[in-house]
Amino acid sequence: MTEFLQALVIDRWAYVFTILLLSVGLYGLVMKKNLIKKLIGMNIFQTAVILFFIQQAYKHGGTVPIYNTTVGARPELYVNPLPHGLMLTAVVVSVATTGVALALLVLIHRRYETLNEDELLQRLRES
Amino acid sequence: MTWSQLPILTPVVLLVGATAVLLTGRIRPSLAHRLATATCASCFAIAIALAVQVHQHGPTHYALGGWSPPIGIALVADTLSVYFLLVITGIALLVMVGAAPAVERNTPGRSAEFFAISLIFLLGLSGIVLTGDLFNLYVFLEISSLSAYTLVSSGDERAGVAAFRYLILGTIGASFYLLGLGFLYSVTGTLNMADMAMRLDPAAVPVRLAAVMITVGIGLKMAIFPMHRWLPDAYTHASSTATALIAPIMTKVSAYVLIRILFFVFGTSMISIDLPIAQAIMWLSVAGVLVGSTMAIAQTDLKRMLAYSSVAQVAYIGVGIGLATPLALAGALLHVINHATMKCCLFLVVGAVELQTGNRKLSSLSGLGRKMPWTFAAFTAAAVAMIGLPPTGGFFSKWYLVLGGMATGEWWVVIFVLGASLLTATYFFRLLESIYTRQGSELAPIKEAPLAVALPIVILGLAVILFGLFNSSILDLFLRDAMPPGLVIPG
Repeated sequence: MTEFLQALVIDRWAYVFTILLLSVGLYGLVMKKNLIKKLIGMNIFQTAVILFFIQQAYKHGGTVPIYNTTVGARPELYVNPLPHGLMLTAVVVSVATTGVALALLVLIHRRYETLNEDELLQRLRES
Repeated sequence: MTWSQLPILTPVVLLVGATAVLLTGRIRPSLAHRLATATCASCFAIAIALAVQVHQHGPTHYALGGWSPPIGIALVADTLSVYFLLVITGIALLVMVGAAPAVERNTPGRSAEFFAISLIFLLGLSGIVLTGDLFNLYVFLEISSLSAYTLVSSGDERAGVAAFRYLILGTIGASFYLLGLGFLYSVTGTLNMADMAMRLDPAAVPVRLAAVMITVGIGLKMAIFPMHRWLPDAYTHASSTATALIAPIMTKVSAYVLIRILFFVFGTSMISIDLPIAQAIMWLSVAGVLVGSTMAIAQTDLKRMLAYSSVAQVAYIGVGIGLATPLALAGALLHVINHATMKCCLFLVVGAVELQTGNRKLSSLSGLGRKMPWTFAAFTAAAVAMIGLPPTGGFFSKWYLVLGGMATGEWWVVIFVLGASLLTATYFFRLLESIYTRQGSELAPIKEAPLAVALPIVILGLAVILFGLFNSSILDLFLRDAMPPGLVIPG
C-alpha cells in the first residue's frame, strides 16, 4: 500500500494533479446551480487539460528550447517546445469559448434576470 | 494554379468570404446575402473539382507553409474527406440560396453578421474533413462549434439558454478529445494521422485510454445516446436557417471524425477486437434510435419533433460505425448524405412554413398540402425517406446496414431496423395525414413560399429520390475508395 502510494504521489504526481483538477472542474459543472460557476468549472476543466500537456513537455534539468552553444545539439537537455505551442492555441480557444459563454450569459440575464439554474427553469416553464 | 493546392482553397475562400460579407454588411446590407451565396457556390465548385482530382489522381496532399509532414501540418483530401466536403458545401449552398427572408425576419438588421458566422462555421467543418493533423482537427472542431453556439443563440427567446448548455457540453467533449490526444502524443510524439497510425501500439494502456476519451468526446459532439441532451433544445430554439444549416452537417462531421480516428488511426481490429469500443457505440446507438424515435412521437412542436428524429437518425450512423463491417460502414456513409439531404429539406420546410404562417405547431400544418403544394411535395419525399421506404435514399442506407449486420450473423439488425422504421412511420404518417386530408382554416390566406425559398426545398426533395435511385453509383464512385484499410466492400 505504501509502495503504491509512493509510486502514485512521487512518480506520477502530475497525473494525480491533473485528475484532481479535472474532477474539481466536473464537480463545478454538474453540481453548481449558478451558471457563472458552471462556466468557471468548465474553465478549470480546460485548464487541467492544458496543464496536462505542459507537464509532458517538462524534462528534469532541461533548458529553454532556444539553441545554446554551452548546451549544444543535445535534444534531451531542451524542454519540448511543441506542447507549449499547441497549448497556446488551446488557450486562445478557451478564451474565445469563455467570451462566447459570457456573451450568452449576458443575453440570458437580460431576458430572465437570473443566472440560477433552478429559477431559470421555473421562468422557462412559466413563459 | 496547380491542382495540388485545391485542398487549402476551400477554407481560404470561406475565410475571405466571411470577412468580405461582414464588411459589405456595413456598407450595402442587401449585398451580404448574395456574396455569402456566391462564396458557398464557389466552395461547392471547388469541392467538385477536388472530387474529380481525387478520383483521377488519388489522395491530394498539401503541406501548409511548405513544411512537409509529419513536422508540418498537412491537408489530405482523400475519397472519404471529399465525400463529406461535397455534402457540407452542397447543403450549405442550398440553405444559403433561400436564407435571406428568414434570416432578415429572425435577426433584423443583423443578417450580414449571421451570414459571416455561417461561413466561419462552414470553414471549421471543411477544415475538419480536410486536415491530416489531429491537433489541427481540434482547432477546426472548436471553430465550427463556437460558431454553431453563436448561430444557435440567434434564435427565439429561449435560444440563449439552449446555446449555453450546448456550449458547456460541447466544450467538455472537445476537452475530452484534447485529453485523449495528449495521451496519444505522449506515447507517439506525433500529431500527424498517418504517422500516428504507424507508430501506435494498440496494446499500450495510454493508447487505450486515449481511444476511450476521444470516443466519449466526439460522441458528445455527435449526440450519441445518452449524450444527446443538448441537441433537441439547441435545434428547437435556434432560428430556422441556423437549424437547417447545423442539423444536417454538424453531427455528420462528428461522425466523420469518429470514423477517421477509430478506423484510420486506431485501426479496425483495435476498436472491435482489442477493445469493445465499436460494440459500445453500436449498443448506445441502438438505444439512441429507439429513444429518439419514441421521444419524437410525443412532441407537439414540429421543430422539436425533427430534432428528436435527428437524434435517432444520427444513431443509425452510429450503428453502422459500431457494426464495423464494410457494408454496414457503407450504409452509415450513405446515410450521411441521405440524412443530410432529407433533414435539410425538412428543416427548410419548417422555415418556409414559419415564414408563411408565423407558426410551427404541428396543428398549424393542417391543410397546408394544398396551399403550398411544391414545398409539401418535397416534404413528403423527405418524410418517406425518413421512414425508409424504397425508392428513396433512406431505404438504401438502412438496406446496407441490414446487409452489413447479416454478414457477421447479427440478425437482430433486421428486426431492429424494421421496428425503428415503424416508430418513424408513426410520427410522419400522422403529420402527412394532417397536411393532406384535414381542412385548415380558410380565413388565413397562405401562399406558396417565394421561389428562392421553395427552389432549394424542391431540389432537396428530388435529391432524396435520386440518391435512392443512384445509390449504387454513389457506392462505386465514392464509398468503395473511402473504406478504411482492411475493409473491402464485396461485389
